[in-house]
Amino acid sequence: MTDPVLSVRNLTVEIPTRRGVLRPVDGVSYDIAAGEILGVVGESGAGKSMTGNAVIGLLDPPARITGGEIHLLGERIDQLKGEALRKIRGKKIGMIFQDPLTSLNPLLKVGEQLTETILAHLPVSQSDAEARALAALEEVGIPAATQRLNSYPHEFSGGMRQRVVIALALCAEPSLVIADEPTTALDVSVQAQIIALLKRLCRERGTAVMLVTHDMGVIAEAADRVAVMYAGRLAELAPVQQVVQAPQHPYTDGLMGSTPLASLGQKRLRQIPGSMPRLTALPDGCAFHPRCQRATDRCRSNPGPTLAACNGRAACWHPLTDEDRAAREATA
Amino acid sequence: MKPLVSVTHLTRIFDVSKPWLNRVIERLPKSLLTAVSDVSFDIPQNSVYALVGESGSGKSTIGKMVVGLLPPTEGSVTIEGVDLAREQDPEKIEKVRSDIQMIFQDPYASLNPRWRVKDIIEEPAVAQGKKPEALAERLLEQVGLAAEDAGKFPHEFSGGQRQRICIARALASEPRLIVCDEPTSALDVSVQAQVLNLMSDLREDLGLTYLFITHDLTVVQHMADTVGVLYLGRLVEEAPREALFADPKHPYTRMLFDAAPKMDGFGREIEPPEGEIPDPINPPPGCAFHPRCPLATDLCKRERPEPRLVGASKVACHHAE
Repeated sequence: MTDPVLSVRNLTVEIPTRRGVLRPVDGVSYDIAAGEILGVVGESGAGKSMTGNAVIGLLDPPARITGGEIHLLGERIDQLKGEALRKIRGKKIGMIFQDPLTSLNPLLKVGEQLTETILAHLPVSQSDAEARALAALEEVGIPAATQRLNSYPHEFSGGMRQRVVIALALCAEPSLVIADEPTTALDVSVQAQIIALLKRLCRERGTAVMLVTHDMGVIAEAADRVAVMYAGRLAELAPVQQVVQAPQHPYTDGLMGSTPLASLGQKRLRQIPGSMPRLTALPDGCAFHPRCQRATDRCRSNPGPTLAACNGRAACWHPLTDEDRAAREATA
Repeated sequence: MKPLVSVTHLTRIFDVSKPWLNRVIERLPKSLLTAVSDVSFDIPQNSVYALVGESGSGKSTIGKMVVGLLPPTEGSVTIEGVDLAREQDPEKIEKVRSDIQMIFQDPYASLNPRWRVKDIIEEPAVAQGKKPEALAERLLEQVGLAAEDAGKFPHEFSGGQRQRICIARALASEPRLIVCDEPTSALDVSVQAQVLNLMSDLREDLGLTYLFITHDLTVVQHMADTVGVLYLGRLVEEAPREALFADPKHPYTRMLFDAAPKMDGFGREIEPPEGEIPDPINPPPGCAFHPRCPLATDLCKRERPEPRLVGASKVACHHAE
């Protein structure tokens, strides 16, 4: 097996506040291989975006990386600063944000933004860069690309704008793309177009993708492996089919069960009682235990379960087995 | 049985022209945006009617016209036999108005941050001149919060809890119809499940009728009795839920279903739908969907299809069968 494109080990992000230190990301480890799409799911506040931002060095102070290592293509990047970090951003890591309108400069034509990015990262001439910009727009499926190079972002529709953002993220041929909720602001039919585009481009170029989203359907269709986050920690990390159809962590199980699709034909949706704890008041042990039916004394005491301490797949002392799921099916 | 809500030939046109002086100087014509065009449907008592569509399809505009936040340009909304836009008798208007409530999409924007939860929830009752004892406390418990929460402010609650407060407020005037405009779009799936379950329970306990406006097909499939699919301001298909999801007739409905992500669609290679919703100021002639439709013929470019019955569905398409 070849080395992973991105390797995150024990990543910890802390925010010092007057009431103590908050830990929005706590000991997260994962790898992404070339051409692989890793889906990162979780509810708001679970630390998904924070993890992505930490990788590309976009944490807003006072949040900072206080532990762990991030390696990109074998090179350690979590301690880079200033110029060295800027060389990696855009060149080796592309970023796609949720809102396509705010991630484009409204005062520059789309062509200028693309050419500028290409010139900043690749050793090419101005005319080469312009040709590459045109090719990039054509590749993401924007019709009449030659004319559209001279349009401003506001002249594009939401879906077309997100295509431009993808073109921008990919134009310097990065080896990793972080897509943070890329389709949340879009309609269903446009979302399908964008996801298909992202999948195709990454497979063709062998780009590794970290796809952050809260939409289980998108994850099921796009991701190869899924990392489920809860209260800043990894709850489960496994191939997508296992996570969706045979989740081991009770939280993953609850999350999958609460999507309306999973309870089709049933009168009520399965729900997880309670809500995610605030970072200021994390419970001892496993952060999920107050909402978990399987919790025992071991779950309530420190140290809490981690992927490494358990079976390497679900951070849970009492993971769900196939028999557990079968028993529930029978009672439902 | 007479339906609770009856919407007939509802049309809403917005004037989106530039200011008149610019129009005169630049010699521009008036530009009109038809947000809703000739939409008719009925909602029977104690049922859930869902309006689905992408952004710009006019679903929220219809919701606003049903509750009376916007007057219709043409057509009418009749609730309990009273047309709010034309009725003259103030007593009748007041009676019907208190029977309608609305739940909005963003629970962070729809609660006054300076009011206590108690005042927020009781406002609809106070506006009617009623003031039942401990109303807020009772409603809070009904929606799964604690009676002590009545003295708190909205910022002390999470998104899901805020949406419960919005539901409690909607219940305060003892309505019969609740219009829900994307009530769970701003919530996480696990919280969405809690809120949807609460709404189903309330419907059974209180005999409520819901007009459910959403873009999320999975929510529709779970909640709705009847579904209306909107495209560019027109109802393209209307059918009972089972019929619609088992056998969608209109090519647009089919496209929506195919595009929606599936939980078992691992590595699914779909042919993504082509194109986007056209500009509603200059909609295409004939059937508005024809530029994206795989079945389109010359007939579709010339003539707008009228809704007709195909099986259990009412479909506005020349080629549906």
